[in-house]
Parts: sequence; C-alpha cells; structure tokens
Amino acid sequence: MSRAALLVLADGRFPAGGHAHSGGAEAAVKAGRITGGASLEDFCRGRLHTAGLVSASLAAAAVLGLDVRELDAAADARTPSPALRAAARKLGRQLLRAARATWPGDELDAVAREFPKGAHQPVVLGLAARAAGLEAVDAAYCAAYESVSGPASATVRLLSLDPFDATGALARLAPELDRVVDRAVEAARRAVDDGVDALPAASGPLLEIGAEAHAAWAVRLFAS
Amino acid sequence: MHLDHSHDGPSAVSADARRPDGSRRALRIGLGGPVGSGKTATVAALCRALRDELSLAVVTNDIYTREDAEFLLREAVLPPERITAVETGACPHTAIRDDISANLEAVEDLEDEVGPLDLILVESGGDNLTATFSKGLVDAQIFVIDVAGGDDIPRKGGPGVTTADLLVVNKTDLAPYVGSDLARMAADAKAQRAELPVVFQSLRSETGVRDVAAWARAQLAAWTA
Repeated sequence: MSRAALLVLADGRFPAGGHAHSGGAEAAVKAGRITGGASLEDFCRGRLHTAGLVSASLAAAAVLGLDVRELDAAADARTPSPALRAAARKLGRQLLRAARATWPGDELDAVAREFPKGAHQPVVLGLAARAAGLEAVDAAYCAAYESVSGPASATVRLLSLDPFDATGALARLAPELDRVVDRAVEAARRAVDDGVDALPAASGPLLEIGAEAHAAWAVRLFAS
Repeated sequence: MHLDHSHDGPSAVSADARRPDGSRRALRIGLGGPVGSGKTATVAALCRALRDELSLAVVTNDIYTREDAEFLLREAVLPPERITAVETGACPHTAIRDDISANLEAVEDLEDEVGPLDLILVESGGDNLTATFSKGLVDAQIFVIDVAGGDDIPRKGGPGVTTADLLVVNKTDLAPYVGSDLARMAADAKAQRAELPVVFQSLRSETGVRDVAAWARAQLAAWTA
C-alpha cells in the first residue's frame, strides 16, 4: 500500500461533492449555536463523537470487507433524518464516481451497479480507501476528519469567520480525533465477527432535527 | 471536443461520449458569466427557440437559492421534469469546474429520466471573470457579459472572455443609456479572442437569441456528425 494515497483521498479538494455541504453548520449558525471560533469547536466536538464516530466505524468496516448492503442498511438505521439519509446517498454516489475514476476496479464498479443512486458516503469512503490500498484505520481517519473539517470550512464562509480560528479549532480536536478513530476501528473489528450491530450508534439529535428544518428552507448556501 | 473513449462499468464516470447502453449522450453546453448579465434570460430564449426541434434539458447552478430554476419553471420554457437545480455551497465556480460531480449526476439523471436528449444547457450562477466550465462537464461553453457591466470587460479579458467557445455581449439595446461603446467592445473582444466567435445580442430586439441558437445548432451538428 501507499500511505500517501490517504492524502489524495482526504484532500478537501478531492472532487466528490463535499464542498456543497456544511455538515449541519448552516442550520446551527442560523439557530445561533455557532457564533464564532469557540462555538464552532464545540459543535465540531459534538459532531466528531456522534456522526463522526459512526461514519468512521462504517468506513473502517467497509475496508475490512463487511457486506456493503448490510453496512448501508446499518447507516440508514443510524441516520433518523430522511434529509440526511438523502444527502449521505447523494454524497456517496458522487464519491463513488470520483473513486472509480481515480482507483478503477471491479469492486467499485459492482457497487455502482448495485447502488445506482448511491450508497451511504462513509461506506463508499471505506470502499474507496480499500481500492486505494489503504487500511481500516486510514478510512476511519478520513471519515472522522471529514466530520469536522466540513463544518469548519462551511462556517468560514457562513460567518466570514477568521480562517485561522477555524483551523485552530480543528487542530485542538486532533487528540480527540485519534481516540474516536481508535474506538471506530475497534468496533469495526468486532463487527467482522459479531455483525454490523457491533458498530456504534451515537447520534446528535439536534443535527438530525436541524437537517430536517434546513432541507425546507427556501434560501440556503449549502445543500445540507 | 469529441471524446470517443468509453469507460467500462455501470455508468459513465466523466465526460464519456457514450452512455452505458452505448448510445451517444446529449451535447452539453455551459453558460457562465457575471451576475445579472442575462444568462438565465438567454437560456430561456434558447429553450423557446429550440424546443420544437430538439429534445432539451437545463441544469442550473444557483449561488444560494433555486431562483434561476424557478424563473425557468415560471416562464414554462420547458416542462418541470426537464429542469434540475444543483446546489453549489455558495461556489458555482467550484461546482462547474473544480468538483463537477453534482452536475454530472444531474445531467445523467436527466438523460435517464426524460431522455433521449439532444442538448443539455448547464447554467452557472453568476460568478467572476475567471469562472469557466470543466471539459469533463461540458463540450462547449458560452460566456455571457452585458454592455451595462462596463464596456471595458472584453479588454480586461480573463479565462471566460478569452477562452469561451462563444462570447455573448448581451443587452446591446442599453448601450446608449450606459455610455458603452459597442465598437470598442468588439475590437477588444477580437484582440482577446482572435478567431473565436462573438455575438452581440439584445433579447428585446426582433432577432433576439437567433445567432446564439444558430451557433448551438452548429455545435450539435458537429457533435452528432
């Protein structure tokens, strides 16, 4: 494997549609829950330990070869908001396109055939990592980091926040990100024997509720 | 602009000229340009001019609303199922150039759902003079500026003005009111673009979108040849 492939996959400019999504930040900004660097950090911490942990474990499990259909159903079960399920599938489809063009192979082609409208993004992320020759821990890092980097860059645009404040928040979360990745990979390894029910099911109810409200706005900058 | 390679697998991954079933996909023409230059009005006029002879669809890329798509729906230039809005996260230039995945999905879904299509117009939200479409998304692109935006825009150049397959200078009827010198704009455009075509149009005049429609027909003829 080439560890450097992780940099390609984790690059914020990897063309897989993420730029149009705020990871719940737009709804949280409107609700007054994110107003600056400190509250952005709090928001990201919450997202990391809930949606981030779940995404990281799904991605790691996909690298370890768990059944894609079961993982996709597990992601559905862990995503109460229909708007977030739709966004996750849309992003999964976009990521699959980019991954197939970047690391062509039969496994990704088969997933595209089975899920023409997209599988959940973290599951596809794991499969993309696998196609790139990466390991479960790499996919988990990528998913966990995306769970906080997306809201951070969106908040820079939404609040005209000082970009150094946003980047500082991400850097301060790094040690926690390590721990979340450890937990995610451990759970994914358990799921190899015990099935997808061994994967974490942490959830941030405000993220889900906010996503439903956001999807109904007439005017918004981000798709989710 | 003809891309005849094809990719194995269940669906095309990028600009492949063939659809998964082997048929030729629709020609995709992008329209970009500054805010308020008349991109949506030009798209609407093109739809009216071409819809009786061609199977058409439109993808819009708004900055923060669905306004452009809703304008086209309200004007009923095409049936609603032929118009799709892509959300761009406040960055149309990213969605049409750097990360085209949402737009590719939109054009493929349109072909699947209302196809076969001859032509898909992909409209960018208003952006700056450097915003151009990726070759992975469109086969040809139109850059729309207007005389009221300042007659020095052709002189300033930039990737849109300089490299677009067609430059449209819109709202020529306003030139006398805003003090824009059309001859100077034409000379500057010629200097920037050499042999690439330029159309001066006023959608309020009798000729309307005629020249742009003729250019689009020629592009389509070359695509299907």
